[in-house]
Amino acid sequence: MSGGSGGGGGGGGPSLMDSLFQRTLDDLIKGIRLHTPGAAQSSFISKSLDEIRREIKSTDLQTKSTAVQKLTYLHSLHGVDMSWAAFHAVELTSSPYFLHKKTGYLAASLSFRPSTDVLLLLTNQLRKDLSSANQHEVSLALECLSVICTPDFARDLTPDIFTLLTSSKNFIRKKSIACLLMVFSQYPDAVRVCFKRLVENLESTDNAQTLAATVGVFCELASKEPRSYLPLAPEFYRILVDSRNNWVLIKVLKIFAKLAKLEPRLAKKVVEPICDLMKRSEAKSLIFECVRTIVTSFHDYEFAVKLAVSKIKEFLLDTDLNLKYLGLQGLLLVAPNHLWAVLENKEVVIKSLSDVDRNIRLEALRLVMSMVSDDNVTEISRVLIGYALKSDPEFSNEILRSMLTTCSRNVYEIIIDFDWYVSLLGEMARIPHCQNGEEIEYQLIDIGMRVKDVRPELVRVGRDLLIDPALLGNPSIHRILSASAWISGEYIRFSKNPFEIIEALLQPRTNLLSPSIKALYIHSLFKVLSFCLHSFLFPTNSSLSRVIDEPDFTYSESEGEGETKTFSNLFTKESTVNMLTLVVTSLTPLTETHDVEVHERVRNVLGLAKLAQEEISREVNQNDFKTSIIVRLINDALSEDLGPVSLTAQERVVIPDGLFLEENLGNLDTICANVNIPVSESFSLVKHVLTDVDYVSSQQNEESSEMSGVESTSTSLLSKHRKKHGLFYLPSDIPENDSRNFPPANDPNNQKDNDVEDLVRLTEESLVLKRKSNVPRPRPVVVKLDEGEKFTVTRAKTESNDDLISGAVRDVLLGNESSSYKGKSHDSHLKDGKSEIGDSSRRKSKKKHKNVEENGERSKKKSGGRHKGRQRADGGVNVAVQNPVIPDFLL
Amino acid sequence: MTPTSAPAKVCSSDEAFFSGHPIIRFILLQNRQGKTRLAKYYIPLEESEKHKVEYEFRTHKVIYRRYAGLFFSLCVDITDNELAYLECIHLFVEILDHFFSNVCELDLVFNFHKVYLILDEFILAGELQETSKRAIIERMGELEKQE
Repeated sequence: MSGGSGGGGGGGGPSLMDSLFQRTLDDLIKGIRLHTPGAAQSSFISKSLDEIRREIKSTDLQTKSTAVQKLTYLHSLHGVDMSWAAFHAVELTSSPYFLHKKTGYLAASLSFRPSTDVLLLLTNQLRKDLSSANQHEVSLALECLSVICTPDFARDLTPDIFTLLTSSKNFIRKKSIACLLMVFSQYPDAVRVCFKRLVENLESTDNAQTLAATVGVFCELASKEPRSYLPLAPEFYRILVDSRNNWVLIKVLKIFAKLAKLEPRLAKKVVEPICDLMKRSEAKSLIFECVRTIVTSFHDYEFAVKLAVSKIKEFLLDTDLNLKYLGLQGLLLVAPNHLWAVLENKEVVIKSLSDVDRNIRLEALRLVMSMVSDDNVTEISRVLIGYALKSDPEFSNEILRSMLTTCSRNVYEIIIDFDWYVSLLGEMARIPHCQNGEEIEYQLIDIGMRVKDVRPELVRVGRDLLIDPALLGNPSIHRILSASAWISGEYIRFSKNPFEIIEALLQPRTNLLSPSIKALYIHSLFKVLSFCLHSFLFPTNSSLSRVIDEPDFTYSESEGEGETKTFSNLFTKESTVNMLTLVVTSLTPLTETHDVEVHERVRNVLGLAKLAQEEISREVNQNDFKTSIIVRLINDALSEDLGPVSLTAQERVVIPDGLFLEENLGNLDTICANVNIPVSESFSLVKHVLTDVDYVSSQQNEESSEMSGVESTSTSLLSKHRKKHGLFYLPSDIPENDSRNFPPANDPNNQKDNDVEDLVRLTEESLVLKRKSNVPRPRPVVVKLDEGEKFTVTRAKTESNDDLISGAVRDVLLGNESSSYKGKSHDSHLKDGKSEIGDSSRRKSKKKHKNVEENGERSKKKSGGRHKGRQRADGGVNVAVQNPVIPDFLL
Repeated sequence: MTPTSAPAKVCSSDEAFFSGHPIIRFILLQNRQGKTRLAKYYIPLEESEKHKVEYEFRTHKVIYRRYAGLFFSLCVDITDNELAYLECIHLFVEILDHFFSNVCELDLVFNFHKVYLILDEFILAGELQETSKRAIIERMGELEKQE
């Protein structure tokens, strides 16, 4: 209905008809409920939106108000955009009718965002309502401001909020206090104006709600930067002892948890009252807060921790799942400092692994993981595998995932028996629904490369997985199979029966694999095949080389000899011919495959196999075989071990004589001065990296020299080894080595004993199975460096506003001269009479105070008592000496 | 009535904008079909984000409790006291119950503006305001007289 009479009212708004027959909110909601969700409903909504668009332009405030109200409903519950109606909401807030005002403010607080363009139009209205005589209007404005506060609002309205802080109406006061937190965060300078009144409210005992709001604000402020609030500790202490309001007590506990970390003397003082609370209180929430405070911040006080753990136990045994969950969470908090508490409750924790509630199970799992150490990892893993087998797929995978991450932490720090761990990985693969194929794949190969001793066992585990046709049916563990295939190919010399592996790699169900894994299978087949041919063609050689090549495996000597025997039995002519036939017949169909990778690899294998087949069947002298030469060459190439490559390996390559990287670069820069963006990026890379490393290493020097002092002789031996073979260690170790000095060529000392001693040490190490425990030792230093750097950077970025707040707070609390100057200029800028007076008088007293303090500092002990008296007189602001120390009377 | 705690998830751009967070980030009422019946966000969120919010939200935890067919969810800091907020939810429900005398889902739907008013008396700037049921009911009475 566009209505012809529209021209009359001005603004071309809706007609009288629209106003008369406007749908109410109830009509709208009923309408929406009548239409089935989906197309019908959304078409009804868009029809109503059209109506609203028309009605909202009405000059009649009632019509407009209803329209905005309907729109707000659609916005908040049906996600309809209402940013276009922002102006209408502002308009309603200025209505003399409370109902309209309320609707306008509701719409504003639900839909306005910092980017809303009409935001500034609201400033005046907010100011007017904040100083209104009607307390309900004040409260509406405060509620709205607390949600949509922006730096502009905060700056412009600080004086009004300041006035409200002393309002005689408690509920206005408490609301303005709550609002302060938003104002502070948006406009830190407001702290200078309002902080004193906030502190005064902390001392007001007349109204519990006001106190709660004030403590809430302090709790939030202190959680960002606690140090500034240390001088207020006596006030908080008083509240902790006197208050009976659980909500307030919880907040005060949170504040003390922060403060006590900064001031140990404070901890001594408050730990008793907290324990009293814990014993006395009936409220679970308060008890839990006490427990949390004790175990996170006061964990040095044995008696308090004991009490807390006994409370945790009560929670754990409760039938209420919520409490049980929290009990587990409490244990998790105790765990880092008091593992005994977890061990004491081990049974409950393990039982919780099969709880009905998923969150409880997860929490129990995290706890179990926190208990893991190198002594009990075997036992715990056995238990966990049991749970993984009977849990639902999701949780079962969660268990596996945390086992994998825990065990591989710090380069398998907690694993001593790698044979056991590798077979555990194999076991994991067989758990139904195992989704962690990728991680297991990674670890199998990683361990293979890092830990030489475990390779025979690894090959055995790989074989067991490979020959099981059932496993091929589960796509999620194909990755594990691919790792097994690679291991079997790479370390085939440890295999008891290579023919078996060839059969496994060729079994028909391998066509279920994806082409990339299939290609890996065939490549592994190639390795195994060449190994078999080599063993057949050079029987003595091969068995000899096994002993010579791998001196560090002499521990299995007896076994090895037995193997050699079986090997010479194994590689008879008949068996070799059979094997070749099998390879040729199974692979020939694959030459038709469309995947290039598979195709290529099949061709390679077939080429070798057919050649060998032909020559062996011709029964000529073995030494004349062309195959012999080829096989020897291939085998030599393949028998070289692949080691992990460090990420920074490139940097360690010594720059050859006559190659002047940096000079060339300089030329390039002048030549390509205009197009320097892409060029400099790609070419200056080396230079950049080097300088970075320089920087890092110079920083690192201090730390590493400290470290070397502490290190025992055995570790220093090891670190020598690291220097020589850094290439085989993980990348993160490198900075510690000071990679600039690294290249062995520059270090004659290193070079000298390199070869002989090294071999000896290598063998020694591999004999001592615990080698790994030494490997990760220097890692923490490196990691710390990285984290530290990142940390400072991010902090500088994100906390600027908080810093401003705490800076201002410190100025106010400590009466810092120079910065209160800043505050003064600002106050006058605000041009608010009241705040000006209140503030300057305060400053004067503070100035005086400071002078006295400077004198008093010398004879601080003596004047301790008087000091306190003066502070009390000074409106209760606890001015401490410059260095934020707890005033003596607390201690 | 089960507790939940959601693990950390990605932080997005708005986080930097609001450095001083309210403690309660949002309150959400949903029915068993997942339909939102009331939502109030104490931090600015993009519309698209609001509807993504489920049980995991940034680095906070969501505390929820079910009353008949309605889930009451509160999003608070990871270090906040779960039990206290469960009590808080319960108090809110009691207030609603008292105000609408035996509240049901439809009451909340048809009186959504009133529910917001109650909420504003109860929680302000993400902070719990008033723990007295009587005080809030009285205030609501006064507010109704204003209209």
